[in-house]
Amino acid sequence: MENNQLKIKDYSLRFGTLILTFLFITLIIFLAGASPKEVFVALWQGISSADQFARVLSTLAPLLLCACGLVFTFMAGLYNLGIEGQIIMGAIATTFALRIFQDIIPSYLAILLGIIFGIAGGALWGLFAGVLNVYGKVNEIFAGLGLNFVAQGLTLYLVFGPWKRPGVASMSGTEQFKETVWLPTIGNTEASPIALILAVLGLVVTAIVIRGTYFGLQLRAVGQNLRASYVLGIPAYSRILGAFAICGALGGIAGSLQVLAVFHRLIPNISSNLGFLALLIGMLVGNGILWILPVAFFFSALNVGSLQLPLSLQLESSLAGVIQGSLVLFVLLARAFNNIK
Amino acid sequence: MKIELRNITKRFGNVLANDDVSVTVEAGTIHGILGENGAGKSTLVKIISGFIGRDRGTIILDEKPGEIKTPAAAIRAGIGMLHQDPLDFPTLSVLDNFMIGREGGKDKTSSIVLPKKLATKELKYLASDFNFSLDVNEILGNLTVGERQQLEILRLLSLGVNTLIFDEPTTGISASQKDALFAAMRKLADSGKSLIFVSHKLEDVAVLCDRVTVMRQGKVVGEAEIPCPENRLVEMMFGRELASPNKPKTATAEVALQLHNIILKTDRLTIEIEKLTIQSGEVIGLAGLEGSGQRLLLLMCAGLLPATSGNLIINGQDMTNQTYQNYLKAGVGFLPADRLKEGLVNGLTIQDHVALRQSIGRRSFVNWKETLTVTKDKISLFNIRGKADSKVERLSGGNQQRTQLALLPIPLNLLLMEHPTRGLDIESAIWVWQQLIARCQTGTTILFTSSDLDEIVQYSDRILVFSGGNVSAPIDTKELTVNKLGQMIGGKFEDGGLGTGD
Repeated sequence: MENNQLKIKDYSLRFGTLILTFLFITLIIFLAGASPKEVFVALWQGISSADQFARVLSTLAPLLLCACGLVFTFMAGLYNLGIEGQIIMGAIATTFALRIFQDIIPSYLAILLGIIFGIAGGALWGLFAGVLNVYGKVNEIFAGLGLNFVAQGLTLYLVFGPWKRPGVASMSGTEQFKETVWLPTIGNTEASPIALILAVLGLVVTAIVIRGTYFGLQLRAVGQNLRASYVLGIPAYSRILGAFAICGALGGIAGSLQVLAVFHRLIPNISSNLGFLALLIGMLVGNGILWILPVAFFFSALNVGSLQLPLSLQLESSLAGVIQGSLVLFVLLARAFNNIK
Repeated sequence: MKIELRNITKRFGNVLANDDVSVTVEAGTIHGILGENGAGKSTLVKIISGFIGRDRGTIILDEKPGEIKTPAAAIRAGIGMLHQDPLDFPTLSVLDNFMIGREGGKDKTSSIVLPKKLATKELKYLASDFNFSLDVNEILGNLTVGERQQLEILRLLSLGVNTLIFDEPTTGISASQKDALFAAMRKLADSGKSLIFVSHKLEDVAVLCDRVTVMRQGKVVGEAEIPCPENRLVEMMFGRELASPNKPKTATAEVALQLHNIILKTDRLTIEIEKLTIQSGEVIGLAGLEGSGQRLLLLMCAGLLPATSGNLIINGQDMTNQTYQNYLKAGVGFLPADRLKEGLVNGLTIQDHVALRQSIGRRSFVNWKETLTVTKDKISLFNIRGKADSKVERLSGGNQQRTQLALLPIPLNLLLMEHPTRGLDIESAIWVWQQLIARCQTGTTILFTSSDLDEIVQYSDRILVFSGGNVSAPIDTKELTVNKLGQMIGGKFEDGGLGTGD
């Protein structure tokens, strides 16, 4: 009885949240001087061609990986804002590997090594944030943001310094890699099946580890109550470090994919803010790990579709960010509201 | 200023913290308020100083009704309070702290621009008047607790208070600082100010106060002029005959726990134990007011707090400086009082907890089916009213305690418990102790704290009394009288206790 009532309340709250979000977004669109219908049509047009849809998929893969990584840190009760830096360090490590190996070993090996380097780069950067958090008592939010700046700075230094294109150093990045070390794509589009497979694999493994292993259970316990977990005998601090490293590793793969499948070089904005977007996804899905897939797809579609807004409606494409942000905001508000009572 | 409290009543949930309390403090006197922890002393003085509101009752200041709703209002009415933990700002300088709390813009001494020169002069003048030596530019965090108290007294005086309340001021300060404090308090009283001295220490009250009100369980149980025989105060404080011991003998000849030259230092307390040996199967009760060091000893024996120096030996194995994991392997269990903060994980189910306990040393997949069977067994064995998928925060206090017991490691050589039956109904409490004694019969050694003296006397073989970090030599429960216990809790040890002697 009581359970049923709780469920009804829960569902009505969720439904109410969606309606509120929708109304809020409508209001914003009106204020921006457009009609919601036009915006919706433009967004749809922005993803309807095969090329555009492929771009949605190519954004989806790194986004999924980052969101999966963040599941680990969220479970451990951490806001890993350093995910951006972890993507960047993954990308830098991949670029480093490819620069060395692309000419001396077979390309599939070079790609594999690139990804492994990316994993290592991201994981180390994540671990660094973890060490600052656990041993330096630095709040993980500040540790992460600080390390993001360092990673960003390092990228700029490399792009304009040691790794600059022969002749001209520019914001457009390092020299492109040979096409043989690009990840193969579907037809002539940007979607790479390998990237997608890696991402879906990441999601499945994440769900299994969190729900089915002692490690996942321990992470949940540490996230809920560090002290009690420690008293119960869980090596709490090493679990926190583990969460940071795993999150960094998954972010590192995302960085690798940005280099190998999307840009084929290192560019200053290599992370494309996918890490922050993944944070929004993480907050939105809470404990429902498998919800990451549809939500990430939706966010990715919004991102790509919004590129159409300036073309057909003379609206800023950042409207997509407003929609994503307000959705998260309302869901978090609803959750807080639910917890108060 | 004369302060009269009439029929003050304050309720927190189910607990009647102050029940119809009436006290009169004459101007120019030091009035003691004496009582055990939880007697309602702190609640009473927090009401006088405006930190919490009262449900009923009146406060009369110099024959006029006083409305005190906030600490600021209390200070305007001339009442200032020194809290047990100084409420000051450790990162600011002594002078900054001295000036805090003034209403800016009123007059010369508290203009909008900080009157640093004037304040420095005032602080120096006041300090020399009381023989306190305070460096005005020192950062407050570098000062001792005693010096911070001194500053707080001067600050309150500069705000013009004529009534000062001291909440347990002698905890955590040195002997010489205590002398200086008492001299200052006497001086203040002689100059016509009223002082309220809250304490659980009989000795301090006997030395300092003119009159004392004794509280127990939220009520005033008596008043006395000082000097007065100590026995009378002890009787009022504890007020009853102790329960008779009724525990079967479980101690064996084997040694379970040995402490050698242990020194355990924290900010507030220093515990010294030269030598202590506890037999296997024995139950040791740690008596004393809360915060006198019992918890520190438990945490140290559990491997959760390293000793500053000395050796800790469990079952012949030197455990000094070992990791907590090794303590667990050695069969040491800790049952904290704050179950949802230290013992159990909010949001996880009973089954999750059972799995967590199994997880130590394993990294692989959880066998949820097997865990479910184990959990169900434990639920029926420990009589937990809850299901495997019940989240622990939804369980009642008694069932949380049963869950904690169900999670203890097996074999269990040494069990350390804080308030094992706090918040439990009588039936559950008796059940818990039956389980515990059964464990003792299989060789488990127990150390436990309790604020319930009856529980300590009923279930302990020997008792250690703690008072402000001093530890008594173990006393056989059968030799204990309420008078002796009360005096020791109040800080009077016949022998030097377990310390190395200072």
